[in-house]
Amino acid sequence: MTTTTLAVLVPLLPFLGAAAGLLLGRSAPGFVRPLAVLPTLAALVLAAVVAARQGGGPALDAVTELTPTGSVPVELALHIDGFAALVAVLVGTVAACVQIYSTGYLRDDPRYASYAALVSLFTSAMFLVVYSGDLMVLLVGWEVMGICSYFLVGHYWETPEARAASLKAFLVTKLGDVPFLIGLLALATETGSFRITRILAAVADGSLGHPTVIALLLLAGVAGKSAQFPLHTWLPDAMAGPTPVSALIHAATMVAAGVYFVARLLPLFEASRAAMVVLAVMAAVTMVGSALAALAQDDIKRVLAYSTIGQLGYMTGALATGDRGAAVFHLLAHGAFKALLFLAAGVVIHAAGTNSLAAMSRMRGLRDRVPDAYWTMTVALLALAAIPPFSGFFSKESVLGAAEHVATGHTEHAPGAAGWTVLVAGLIAAVLTAAYATRLWLLAFRGRGAEAPDHGRQPVVMNAVLWVLAIPSLALGGLAFRLLPDWFDGHDLTPTLATSVLGTGVALVGGIVTYAAWRHTSALAVRTPLGAVAAHPEGDAALVESEAIATHRPAYGDLASAPDPSDPGRLLLGPVHRHAAAGFHLDAVYTTLFVRPVRAGASLVRFLDREVVDTYVRAAGGLPRLLGAAVRRAQTGNVQTYVSALLAGTVVLAVAAVLVATGA
Amino acid sequence: MHLAYPAVLSALLFCTGLYGVLARRNAILVLMSVELMLNAVNLNLVAFDVWLSRAAEETLHSGQALTLFTIAIAAAEIGIGLAIVLAVHRNRGTADIDKLRDTAEGHEPDGPDSDTSDSDTPATGTAAEKAEATA
Repeated sequence: MTTTTLAVLVPLLPFLGAAAGLLLGRSAPGFVRPLAVLPTLAALVLAAVVAARQGGGPALDAVTELTPTGSVPVELALHIDGFAALVAVLVGTVAACVQIYSTGYLRDDPRYASYAALVSLFTSAMFLVVYSGDLMVLLVGWEVMGICSYFLVGHYWETPEARAASLKAFLVTKLGDVPFLIGLLALATETGSFRITRILAAVADGSLGHPTVIALLLLAGVAGKSAQFPLHTWLPDAMAGPTPVSALIHAATMVAAGVYFVARLLPLFEASRAAMVVLAVMAAVTMVGSALAALAQDDIKRVLAYSTIGQLGYMTGALATGDRGAAVFHLLAHGAFKALLFLAAGVVIHAAGTNSLAAMSRMRGLRDRVPDAYWTMTVALLALAAIPPFSGFFSKESVLGAAEHVATGHTEHAPGAAGWTVLVAGLIAAVLTAAYATRLWLLAFRGRGAEAPDHGRQPVVMNAVLWVLAIPSLALGGLAFRLLPDWFDGHDLTPTLATSVLGTGVALVGGIVTYAAWRHTSALAVRTPLGAVAAHPEGDAALVESEAIATHRPAYGDLASAPDPSDPGRLLLGPVHRHAAAGFHLDAVYTTLFVRPVRAGASLVRFLDREVVDTYVRAAGGLPRLLGAAVRRAQTGNVQTYVSALLAGTVVLAVAAVLVATGA
Repeated sequence: MHLAYPAVLSALLFCTGLYGVLARRNAILVLMSVELMLNAVNLNLVAFDVWLSRAAEETLHSGQALTLFTIAIAAAEIGIGLAIVLAVHRNRGTADIDKLRDTAEGHEPDGPDSDTSDSDTPATGTAAEKAEATA
């Protein structure tokens, strides 16, 4: 088979698996698990074959036009360069891991069939986004991912948190998608094509009229999908979905789609210096703000969600400095270790019976209950904190190195201000990242207090997947930074000495300071008992998790934080903690700015509808009713009156007929 | 015979019938007035048939044939009408058209109480009625 055929099969197989899974889900439950796992695994193998054949050479382009569609043609196009081939392998790996993990995680879930089919559909859409060479086809995948995310976040729809979170995720990302669509159409109008290759050729010619407007419109969609400030608020709430979904969609793949999109069209964004500065500021605010918020969260998954936002900020920062190689390198490394972190967090939540770090810090021996999750999570957290030689170190240093390169004025394609912004924010975020990674590890695995509850052995599939993902988290960076430039633009990704020392140094400082703070505060933990545990020794992990989410607010008074004085984050952040825990009140600001005006507008419309429009409708009904009442008075029941009226009418008609006949 | 005589007679008959239908109270008299009007029409049919067929070469006397139909239908109609009047009189104790206003707008159908109270009087009244009807 040719590479093109293989590449077409990659998105097609999970799609067929999803369709078959949805159709057979009820009638043949025995086929659901194979139908979920096997197409995804096959797609992974094919994606790997495509990557091997592409081999970082010139981009593979294949086009077919099904039907003419009017002015600007929409074509089924593949555009597989080094970026697409490698990102597809990452997507396939994480999707296959998540599907296998889910067979254990949701083993007793009554809605597993639709869940697995939706995950397959999502995988297919993500492959489509990665391989597509036509922006309209890319948009189809982009929106299918959005709707899958909506359904999967709302998987535990019995809990109000999940319902609210799924709606919020959908609405906020749509808010970005509308300008995104307008931007795509404007781009196609200016360049006359939706094909990425033609658009990039037009950009190279300089024939693009309004690059700033288009780039900013596209950035809105990217900010919504990749959870960048100011449209990031949906991602922490989306943690109300099952953990494997968080790992696949909200950590490794879908949220990276925005970054990937910018990486594909980077020359377009580089054509506008304003867009690059906006991108850099967006990345800087996102990095620092999300890292502060992550330090204050109590829900282990919300810590990871804010961490994802911050790491995506690093990727957009790399793009703002014009180095897409570094951005996609960090995307690949982050996809592996963040998926691992989430999947391990799922195991931890199952074992602890709670998602609250405050409750975990009062449990002894949690790490002995889940040794696999303990070790793999340690690896992933070290990668997250960018400690050498873990993969996160190399990818993050490539980002910082690119920023330093731009800041010192070695390049002309990106403004120096963007370089400085990204570099400074990146270093601050590196301290905070190390701090919250240390805090997460200390609170989850170094707790003191009562013995951790026994939920029995974790399913083997769940633990095995953790070790599979631990390999790239450990080794990907060190192996790849020499090979990847051949696949990417050829930019050197080797860490430079200055940023490596600086980055590792600040990360170590963050970690050590957090450790000191924890030593200081952990003594307080014994004095304030805290903790609500959902104990279901027989239930599967999904049941435990959904109960943990549902009980967090009743038990601690808030979805995000817990009143825990022994939290080192509280000591480190000081007065900022309260604001950071609430995500810097951005939700409240949005409530005031958008939700309340919309509600007020809705009640105004309701008033106009009920009181004004309905008045006309009621009058239209009431007037004939009044006339009818007047006519009904003639209905006396006396037959002779009727006959008299009949006679009078006949006479009138006869006279009229005579008059007409005689022509008078 | 000039056509005017039967025409005027039938007009007089029709007007008498019309007056009876509009003005009489007793249902039986109303029915009789209807018969008068029908017969005025019959008279017209016969008279005009004769007048028209006088000029025609060949005629089927369809006016007279139609008169036969009308007489037959009128007989049937009066039979049914009288039966209805009898039934109403047996039920209500009256055949006065002014009092039979059940189809008036806003008329409340008789409750079960009034039915039971009514059921005695017609029972006693039926015998007298029958006697009246046969007399």
